[in-house]
Amino acid sequence: MEPRLSRYIWTHTRKSQLWILLIVALSMIPYFMSFDLPKQIVNGPIQGQGFETPGSTQLFMPISLSLPFFGEVNLFSGIELGRQGTLLALSLVFLLLVIINGLFKFYINTYKGRLGERLLRRIRFELVDRVLRFPPHHLKRVKPAEISTMIKDEVEPMGGFTGDAFVQPALLGGQALTALIFILIQSFWLGIIAFVIVAVQAVIIPRMRRRLLVLGRERQLTARELSGRVSEIVDGIGTIRGHDTSNYERADIAARLGRIFKIRYDIYQWKFLVKFLNNFLAQVTPFLFYSIGGYFALQGRLDIGQLVAVIGAYKDLPGPLKELIDWDQARQDVQVKYTQVVEQFSVEPLIDPKVQEVSVAPPAALAGALAAVNLTIADDGGAKVIEHVSFRLRPGETVAITGGTGGGGEALAEALGRLAWPASGRIVVGDEDIHELPEAVIGRRISYASSEVYTFQGSLGDNLLYGLKHAPLTEVVYEGDKATHRRWELLEAKLAGNPSLDLNSDWIDYGAAGATGPKDLFGKIRAVLDVVLLTNDISALAVRSTINSVEHEAFANEIVEMRGALRRRLEAEKLSDLVVFFEPGSYNIEATVGENLLFGTVTDRTRWETALEGHPFFKTVLKRAGLHETFYEMGLEIAENVVELFRDLPPDHPFFQQLTFMTSEEIPAYEALLQKLRGRPLDEVSEEDAIRIIRLCFGYIEPRHRFGLLTEDLMQKIVEARREFSDGLPADLVGVIEHYQPNRYMASASILDNVLFGRIGHKHTDGSDKIRAIVRDLFESLGLYNKVLAFGLDFDVGAGGKRLTAGQRQRLNLARALIRLSDFYIFNEPLRALDQRTQDQITRNIFAFLHDEKRDPAIVWVLSNPALSELFDRVVHFENGRLVHEEAVETPSKGSDYKELAS
Amino acid sequence: MLLKDEVEMLRRITLFSGLPPAKLKLLAFTSDRVMYSAGENLFHQGDIGDAAYVILSGKADVLVSTPTGQLKVAEVEQNSIVGEIAILCNTPRTATIQTTTPLEALRIRKDDFLKLLADFPEMAVEIMRVLADRLSQTTSELTEARSRAQRAEA
Repeated sequence: MEPRLSRYIWTHTRKSQLWILLIVALSMIPYFMSFDLPKQIVNGPIQGQGFETPGSTQLFMPISLSLPFFGEVNLFSGIELGRQGTLLALSLVFLLLVIINGLFKFYINTYKGRLGERLLRRIRFELVDRVLRFPPHHLKRVKPAEISTMIKDEVEPMGGFTGDAFVQPALLGGQALTALIFILIQSFWLGIIAFVIVAVQAVIIPRMRRRLLVLGRERQLTARELSGRVSEIVDGIGTIRGHDTSNYERADIAARLGRIFKIRYDIYQWKFLVKFLNNFLAQVTPFLFYSIGGYFALQGRLDIGQLVAVIGAYKDLPGPLKELIDWDQARQDVQVKYTQVVEQFSVEPLIDPKVQEVSVAPPAALAGALAAVNLTIADDGGAKVIEHVSFRLRPGETVAITGGTGGGGEALAEALGRLAWPASGRIVVGDEDIHELPEAVIGRRISYASSEVYTFQGSLGDNLLYGLKHAPLTEVVYEGDKATHRRWELLEAKLAGNPSLDLNSDWIDYGAAGATGPKDLFGKIRAVLDVVLLTNDISALAVRSTINSVEHEAFANEIVEMRGALRRRLEAEKLSDLVVFFEPGSYNIEATVGENLLFGTVTDRTRWETALEGHPFFKTVLKRAGLHETFYEMGLEIAENVVELFRDLPPDHPFFQQLTFMTSEEIPAYEALLQKLRGRPLDEVSEEDAIRIIRLCFGYIEPRHRFGLLTEDLMQKIVEARREFSDGLPADLVGVIEHYQPNRYMASASILDNVLFGRIGHKHTDGSDKIRAIVRDLFESLGLYNKVLAFGLDFDVGAGGKRLTAGQRQRLNLARALIRLSDFYIFNEPLRALDQRTQDQITRNIFAFLHDEKRDPAIVWVLSNPALSELFDRVVHFENGRLVHEEAVETPSKGSDYKELAS
Repeated sequence: MLLKDEVEMLRRITLFSGLPPAKLKLLAFTSDRVMYSAGENLFHQGDIGDAAYVILSGKADVLVSTPTGQLKVAEVEQNSIVGEIAILCNTPRTATIQTTTPLEALRIRKDDFLKLLADFPEMAVEIMRVLADRLSQTTSELTEARSRAQRAEA
């Protein structure tokens, strides 16, 4: 990158800078005219110069030029105006000049602003572009937070400076020079004095400010480090707390803040010292004028008029000068920042832009073998991870790499996946180095997956198809306003040196997934999800999600229809006790007392809570149903049990997660309440206390909590009270509760709850797994499964995929590699987070999948379980960074091989 | 079966017999009550251990998979605890537990169990005793098996 900011700005904004200089020069004309006008107004019409006799008139705005050879040329002879007319006309001219000046200013400022923003956009893009082309070893060294601070914050002032980079010095320098020349003309010696002082100012002040810049750079570095450390603390909070090192972190942060404080305080001290000196120098000049100029005047070598004129002219000097020095300060400041940033981003060797060029056409299949030739890979410290390895993977061949951690197999796989660059030796496809082939070929024809997974924030489906988004494949046709906007986007992108790739285009390369278009892509998705055993996980995510039942009305109806099918199925398989269905006329033992009473779910928790406390409706219904007292007794029993169970536990004990009746903070309050209420009849208890006790009942589920509180009689009463609740619900509570209706979709419940229309029994451990399997089966047989999966693909995986488990992320990553039709697949222990049984299963699935449909891609797999090597054509064994052993797998002697390797 | 009955059952297990009733109740409350029919697996060999099981009623076989197939190494029944090894030392399950009769168990999750051990060291000592017992039993069985094998060779 260009190391000097001013040159960078000049290269990219030359034309605009010249244009704005011209405009600034033009704007000077009305600006100076407006200086002269007040004098004319005051002297002329107001004080009466030229209007000595009543009724006399003056010519307004005669325009004449005196040209050499032509003499006086009269362009406009002017208008005859009286005194008041002249006043009005001159005032109007003044107003006009004000408007013209304002408009100039407006234009110049917007123009400069736009110039700056464009440059900012250019720098930022260029920096991110460089990040995309960084060599892998550099990316290991930098902290992401620091890089993003640089791109986000540190380059920002450069945008602001751009507009002033050339205009400001030209303008201010011109002004200062004019004033100085005027003084020189008036008196040579006084001019020299002024000049010397200005020179001193111009030399000393920037020099003193240089120290400020050094401090500024330190401040920038420390601040950047601070932001890196803070993000490290956030990322590593688990480790910090786990090792009780939070105080070490506190000490570290406090020390850093102390350093930042010191630097900032130093900056203040210097800044104000410089300011003091600057002001002093500016003020000392008039002192010299008065004393020396006065002395000259007394001696008669300078007339008093000249002295006054000089002092008057000097007033105009410090202003522009100060601004000029400020400009210079700003220039050095942004230059320092710029140098800093450029240093950080000037990394060699960057990947050649040509390697990453956009290519829309599908690349031809790689013909030759993928081979490492005398390859050596070194880690950051320079230690050699693998040394002089030659390895050849012929098209269609499958090779297992064994040797475990530290053997060197992973390093070879990383090198083949271009994650590590060779320290010496080459990696070639056919005869060509893979680092010189375009990524459009290598990145699409070679797929790599390891256990180090990056999941982007977004939906699961986006992440799965991420590996297909190589280039904008369709030209989007815009109409009307959107077309105008698109044109503007293209123009601006061009002016700021950004690419004009359209994000709205369809980036998904269907062909690369073996599909013909969006319609049959889902089949491919389903196939790879099945291979990596992710289908069930996704359907589990899907059925736990709620959907907009208005938008997906047809689907919702089908779900409602499934309820009957599910019942019949469970009956047929004699599993009816798996689910306890909601029946309007009977108590559901697996649901809470509250659900049974309302026969519905609460959709608005906060409104429900306030209603429960304050609304008379509940109390009257409970009383009428004869439940008021029973619930009170029951609540007391629950409170006694809970207090006994949890009283001694510290408030942050994990067991509290299983406590649904109250929070840990409420336990002491309930303990006190119990003391107060014990042995007192209900009618002596205050309303408020009674409600606090009664509400505990609502969360009670007998099979789960097992306190033994529900009797047949009580359940009967609760069922009877249901009707009262649904029919008599007052208007202000409508919408708080969504009632269970056998033939309607419940918008507030998940898909699964809607299918079940009941609760899964607690008795079976794998009850929910079983029911999920049955529901899945039903979806499949009714042709709904793919629709459900589509909802699962919409699942938001969260930042870094944190809402998925590590195993799910690794399987997703593997699916992302598998969905692309490639010639070479490199798997670097991609499933480390899974148990051995699942790993084996998926490996076998992948072999079946990749060798299906007349495809025969080459596979190289770093294995953690040697038992699987029977699947491969060849086994390559690494030890201490060297390839020590290589043999073809003979199919008949599988058993003995396994035993040898296992021992 | 109610919470208080479960507490009675837990008290009969050597591992927990020394604990105060209130803690036993807490243990029972935080655990899940689960039921299996005959022929089901509580867990598989090789799985990641996430829970221990206290058998309240019924019987199950302890099976280990060998190259020649599943081998029954022991039987467990009422008042015993299984699966605590895998959750203690973070290894995969060392055996498969398969029910032979309908079985009822309390499922104690790993986190809860470890928390209890940390809170009540006497329980940890008891666990050690039980494990040592088992180890000596296994050793003697191994010795016996070896001598039998030697006899067979001779």
